[in-house]
Amino acid sequence: MSLMQLTAVELGKKIKEGEVPVVEATEAALNAIEAKEDKINSFVTVDREGALKQAEEVQKKIDAGELTSPLAGVPVAVKDNMCTEGLLTTCSSKILGNFVPTFTSEAVLNLKKAGAVILGKTNMDEFAMGSTTETSAFGETKNPWNTEHVPGGSSGGSCAAVAAGECFYALGSDTGGSIRQPSSFCGVTGIKPTYGTVSRYGLIAYGSSLDQIGPVAKDVTDCATILETIASHDIKDSTSVERDDTDFTSALVDDVKGMKIGIPKDYFGEGLDPEVKDAVLAAAKKLEEKGAIVEEFELSLVEYAIPAYYVIACAEASSNLERFDGVKYGYRTKEYEGLHNMYKKTRSEGFGAEVKRRIMLGSFVLSSGYYDAYYLKALRTKALIKKAFDKAFEKYDMILGPAAPTTAPKLGESLSDPIKMYLGDIYTISVNLAGLPGISVPCGVDSKGLPIGLQLIGDCFQEKKIIQAAYAYEQTRELVFSPLLAE
Amino acid sequence: MANVISDETIEYVGILAKLELNKEEQEQAKKDMGEMLDYIDKLNELDTSGVEPMSHVFPVNNVFREDEVTNGDGHEATLANAPEVKENAFLVPKTV
Amino acid sequence: MKQYETVIGLEVHVELATKTKIFCGCSTAFGGAPNTHTCPVCTGMPGSLPVLNKQVVEYAIAVGLATNCSITQYCKFDRKNYFYPDNPQNYQISQLYLPICRNGGIEIETAAGRKTIGIHEIHMEEDAGKLVHDDWTGSSMVDYNRSGVPLIEIVSEPDMRSADEVIAYLEKLRMIIQYLGASDCKLQEGSMRADVNLSVREVGAAEFGTRTEMKNLNSFKAISHAIEGERARQIELLEEGRQVIQETRRWDDNKESSYAMRSKEDAQDYRYFPEPDLVPIVISDEWLQAVKDRQPELRSEKLERYKKEYDIPEYDAEIITGTKKMADIFEATTAICNKPKKVSNWLMVETMRLLKENEMEAEDISFSPENLAKLIEMADAGEINSSVAKEVFEEIFKNNIDPEKYVEEKGLKTVSDDGALREVIEKVVADNPKSVEDYNSGKKKAIGFLVGQTMKAMQGKADPGMVNKILKEILG
Repeated sequence: MSLMQLTAVELGKKIKEGEVPVVEATEAALNAIEAKEDKINSFVTVDREGALKQAEEVQKKIDAGELTSPLAGVPVAVKDNMCTEGLLTTCSSKILGNFVPTFTSEAVLNLKKAGAVILGKTNMDEFAMGSTTETSAFGETKNPWNTEHVPGGSSGGSCAAVAAGECFYALGSDTGGSIRQPSSFCGVTGIKPTYGTVSRYGLIAYGSSLDQIGPVAKDVTDCATILETIASHDIKDSTSVERDDTDFTSALVDDVKGMKIGIPKDYFGEGLDPEVKDAVLAAAKKLEEKGAIVEEFELSLVEYAIPAYYVIACAEASSNLERFDGVKYGYRTKEYEGLHNMYKKTRSEGFGAEVKRRIMLGSFVLSSGYYDAYYLKALRTKALIKKAFDKAFEKYDMILGPAAPTTAPKLGESLSDPIKMYLGDIYTISVNLAGLPGISVPCGVDSKGLPIGLQLIGDCFQEKKIIQAAYAYEQTRELVFSPLLAE
Repeated sequence: MANVISDETIEYVGILAKLELNKEEQEQAKKDMGEMLDYIDKLNELDTSGVEPMSHVFPVNNVFREDEVTNGDGHEATLANAPEVKENAFLVPKTV
Repeated sequence: MKQYETVIGLEVHVELATKTKIFCGCSTAFGGAPNTHTCPVCTGMPGSLPVLNKQVVEYAIAVGLATNCSITQYCKFDRKNYFYPDNPQNYQISQLYLPICRNGGIEIETAAGRKTIGIHEIHMEEDAGKLVHDDWTGSSMVDYNRSGVPLIEIVSEPDMRSADEVIAYLEKLRMIIQYLGASDCKLQEGSMRADVNLSVREVGAAEFGTRTEMKNLNSFKAISHAIEGERARQIELLEEGRQVIQETRRWDDNKESSYAMRSKEDAQDYRYFPEPDLVPIVISDEWLQAVKDRQPELRSEKLERYKKEYDIPEYDAEIITGTKKMADIFEATTAICNKPKKVSNWLMVETMRLLKENEMEAEDISFSPENLAKLIEMADAGEINSSVAKEVFEEIFKNNIDPEKYVEEKGLKTVSDDGALREVIEKVVADNPKSVEDYNSGKKKAIGFLVGQTMKAMQGKADPGMVNKILKEILG
């Protein structure tokens, strides 16, 4: 068995026991990256030298007994929208093509404190705007299960890197499904935690009220362990929540007896691929067999989540991305006449089409005369969606459904019809609007050999419930590797 | 398409967002924005009268810092990525 | 010509006296090389997030209470979006929908009488950086040291009708804020800035005319001149049958005129929306009460106390409490020397004279109460005479010198040695037989000339009373 097939926690254990030196694990990952990047392109930046240096330092600390985390020495890949001091951070955009942050994001700092070895930065949809990782300025990432297909997005690089065995785990970010959907497409496990659980300090914002960082890994145990490590109350992030229940690994219990699971009928209507439907319902059946109480119910408002999301996310993004103007950092156009021409040329040349599309829409819905009709309307809709979830969680411990309506589409099929692409986020987006935690776990492959993901949605701060159910479900099946990792 | 976006609107939004689109991009933007707004207009089916707009999803309030200086001289880090610098200041085209 | 009335409302920006910026731990100290007081937050680095300085909220509440506003107990920040290089994020964090204070007002007094000027709202926001323009290279240099310094913006109702009322309102506002210790309110340094919204209408008209907004007014003089100029400009337009255009105008202090800041690129559509990176502020009744309890003594209370505690006349107390700075110096100096009336005299007469001569404000006073107290003690003990004392005070005022050292070094001490003084006087008497004769023949005023000659010979260092006494002895 290849070292790269180990889960992060398995590798951590071997490192701790002295069975695998940190440098060897790091080299294995770097070599895998070297061998597979031509096919996958999941990294924007690979920090070979830095990673090996970290590996040596971490090894010393482990040997000295200073590092005891289960993740100590385990190499990780970080989505390229999290600032890393001294290491290029681009958001997969030309406008940040030369940006080297002077500080490190809090989530990555938490990993470093635990002894993680940062391998590099993963590809993504530009500024996390997209569902396929095709909007990256540095080329599309391909799905390790079939390189003619997309890995999903926007954390497509992180999910593909884990699936291809180029790293042991990765960090992603999720604004409308950007961890759960690509996890589903790449056959890996990913968690989007409750809003405020992981600090956003150092995460380059897309939609500030929706963005959350979360783990991507091979299994639920890894995800719970990583989330436990990166969750923290950060005084630098005003929206960070102080919670004393972040011992997520305590929920790794194979027991769902008596758990009430609701299946929203409105998640299984038109647009859902029958193969995905069957696989997800089969997973529900497994949980039922293990003692969970599974019931269908009407969640309502499902079709309003996407329009509300695009108004809110684009409005926030239009403002968040104003700072990219060629004055303080990043790209500045070569020739210009005066200030405003410099702004316009810099931004028009620096941003890609999808980013411009969302900035234009966001600027429009906030502009004079439209704020009430669009922005406030969307915020009111968000309140109603939150209420619908509150009502569901009065009755159920969690909600079960697909992570995405289909498996990974072919490269080049999505971008031509934006609205169709946006519809692919129908099961994930409302979770962000309501600030809830969600997990995506592999639950099978379709007839094309592409993975299918099961999504469990919890009430706010109830990560443990969905981790426990996901863990129990995971025990019913074998871990399946992508062909690239199985080799 | 119910929402027809005019050239003036696209130009105006371009001024707000500091984006300059060529003719082809402008036509595409008009089409995209019109379609998106048609789609967003779906929200009008919902009766939201009496519903408070929800900007923050959790009722977290009063997050403050104390008035204590914690940062020292930051000019090196501040200027580290600057496209153009003069005398420790960012250089931009003349603003007046 | 028709009779016109001027309608003026003010937007006053005040930099708060916090140690740190509104959303980060950078110092707000003035000066410093460009960009030294900066961090990722106040320079809009990607990934940085704001965290609100609690003291800003407390100062804003204090000013709101002192200006009779109601405090918004659930308030929020909003983003105001516009591109400009002094604004690193290209949005300013400000308050639009739920400002912290609303519906207040303060009373002013002018030659036209007493009047209340309404305050529409007070909101909290961040200041912008500084731009220095270089004509030679056609570029501007951006320094973010001021970026993120906390401001409150006090928006008045359009209740003022003349430059006099505007100045009275600003002076009153400044005094209140200085008394609260919320800001030093220096116009020249920009810690208090006023934008003037002005329109004219025919006397008796029910509707307001179209207004313009004037910016970059750095002194009371500039504000007065700008108001007069803008009133005349608008009336001229109307008389010519033309229209006033709603626009922002920039005052040029050198040319003493304003010009329109018009550009197609300034759409003035700020796309305000709730700041998602900051959580709401909930001001409980308890918190509000605590700020009220901590509210420092304001002018009227101080005035009464001074009359009672220090037994100084109403007139003195009014002048001294006219500014917080003056009152602070008065109290601190009196605490050292315990001579309130003498301290009051030095402040009312010499200090006020020097401030006027040097075109300074009370806030600019830099001498220490210790040195003034020493001077008063020295004069009282007869160590220096009153003209020397005035001379020394000028030095204290200018350079905050230690009067004891200064008098010692310059040899200004009154010569009280009887023998030495007597010798000089005898010589003066011998050298001026004409005056002696006049004196002896009954022209007693002639002694004044002899005293003057003696003082001259002593280079001012003698006690004139003593000189008089010895002269009389010698002259018999």
